[in-house]
Amino acid sequence: MTRYVDKADEAVVCTGLVYAFGETNAVDGLDLTVAEGEVFGLLGPNGAGKTTAIRCMTTLLPVPAGLVRVFGHDAAKDAMAVRRLLGYVPQQLSADAGLTGRENVALFARVFDVPRRERAERVGQALWAVDLTDAADRLAGTYSGGMVRRLELAQALVSAPRLLILDEPTIGLDPIARTSVWEHINAVRAATGMTVLVTTHYMDEADQYCDRVGLMHRGRIRALGTPVQLRQGLGERRGAKATDPLPTLEDVFRDIAGSGLDDQSGGFRDVRSTRRTAHRVG
Amino acid sequence: MSEAPAAPRTASAERDGIGLLVRPPEPRAGWRVLPARVVAMCAVELQKLRHDRTELYTRAVQPALWLLIFGQTFTRIKAIPTDGIPYVDYLAPGIIAQSAMFIAIFYGIQIIWERDAGILNKLLVTPTPRSALITGKAFAAGVKSLIQAVVVLVIAALLGVALTWNPLKLLGVAAIVILGSSFFSCLSMTIAGIVLSRDRLMGIGQAITMPLFFGSNALYPLSVMPGWLQAISKVNPLSYQVDALRGLLLGTPDHLALDFAVLIVAAALGITAASSLMGRLAR
Repeated sequence: MTRYVDKADEAVVCTGLVYAFGETNAVDGLDLTVAEGEVFGLLGPNGAGKTTAIRCMTTLLPVPAGLVRVFGHDAAKDAMAVRRLLGYVPQQLSADAGLTGRENVALFARVFDVPRRERAERVGQALWAVDLTDAADRLAGTYSGGMVRRLELAQALVSAPRLLILDEPTIGLDPIARTSVWEHINAVRAATGMTVLVTTHYMDEADQYCDRVGLMHRGRIRALGTPVQLRQGLGERRGAKATDPLPTLEDVFRDIAGSGLDDQSGGFRDVRSTRRTAHRVG
Repeated sequence: MSEAPAAPRTASAERDGIGLLVRPPEPRAGWRVLPARVVAMCAVELQKLRHDRTELYTRAVQPALWLLIFGQTFTRIKAIPTDGIPYVDYLAPGIIAQSAMFIAIFYGIQIIWERDAGILNKLLVTPTPRSALITGKAFAAGVKSLIQAVVVLVIAALLGVALTWNPLKLLGVAAIVILGSSFFSCLSMTIAGIVLSRDRLMGIGQAITMPLFFGSNALYPLSVMPGWLQAISKVNPLSYQVDALRGLLLGTPDHLALDFAVLIVAAALGITAASSLMGRLAR
């Protein structure tokens, strides 16, 4: 196993990543660095290439051109080493409704090689970290949307990942459940120091919870920085006075992505899966 | 930006009662990964069955009817040469194989459902090689079929079928059921990897189950089949499964070594084919 470490504090490095579906380059020369320990938000309109980029980082998709490294491991050549470092929560509500919360988490403890002697305790800790101890022995099919999201978080946390990747973690949730999911992500991050890479459509969440954000449009990062930096930058470009309120992150988003809608926006399957998730969480 | 150095991080995790969540588990050594994943997938299948046994009961209806109506009737009319054993006895191993195959052949629907629900993607982002995941799923289908086979065995025993109770032979029966189901579930997962839709897989499953069943020795011996059907039956793994089950359960003449060899090779080919299509399901 070869490690190509440029800097010790880089969790994810993408260089010139290209991924095409047929004629369309979903990711078109993506350059991105996520520092260890930060909460990084990948923002962008539907079809911007966020999910495709994340799928390359998680080794779900191959890396046809460019380079993706996770803590120095090449995602294309050393997929197993990358997977051992990852916790992944996909966009869909992916808990198995036919298993209890505890069994859902135990499955991931097993497939990450947690030895039997510490499996029950580790599963218990993961459930405790997301406040599901009392509901642990109920079928996941009886959980609310917010509880399912927290259960998925427990599934991802049970292997002590160094990088937690969440694809639209709060989609379709009510504001209280959204806050709760973020509070749990933050609490676990504070306790474990893990790096978090999240995609979201909600600009207020990105502003509030992300250390840095990257705005993606048509397969590339178009703006990168802390939310405040991006908002100040737009204010300066617009010639705002110091006393004027800062533009919001949503203004920055509109400035870069325009209306955000074009013919390439979100494939049928993405939209269907998003709607299904929204429907399942009520 | 808040970055916590390693030592205080461990301390704070310990204080919060989640000390284990900062210690990554030790990876298993190479050869131990496959059996561990097989056990993990089988455990999930058993847990699901424990929570909801409806499928087990509803799936018992069809084999019961085959044995009760078809078996009893054909025992009376003595239309099929069975070397002197009652037809219902001759039929019982065929129905065990059939009900196991019916479960396995629709197993691909589950993998498409898992794909749509994001469960499959999550499993593919774990340190599990795709072939190990497919092998795990294949054996999980085998375990599910085995439980179904036990139900059919009990029904057959209640109908007075003279089955062996030799534990070694029953172990052989279990191995054959698991191997056969592994093959058919891999066939199903391979089709799933090609068609990528539940509806299409359902249609193809419906279209192939009956030809596989009628094109085997489950209902009648090879000797009464026309030549073209004999040829089909000889390349149909279900025939080898039935032959072995009949030999083990009833003590009829069999070709156990050949049967095991064919089923092992078929399962291995199935696992290879389904694994190679996992990339399509991951997209």
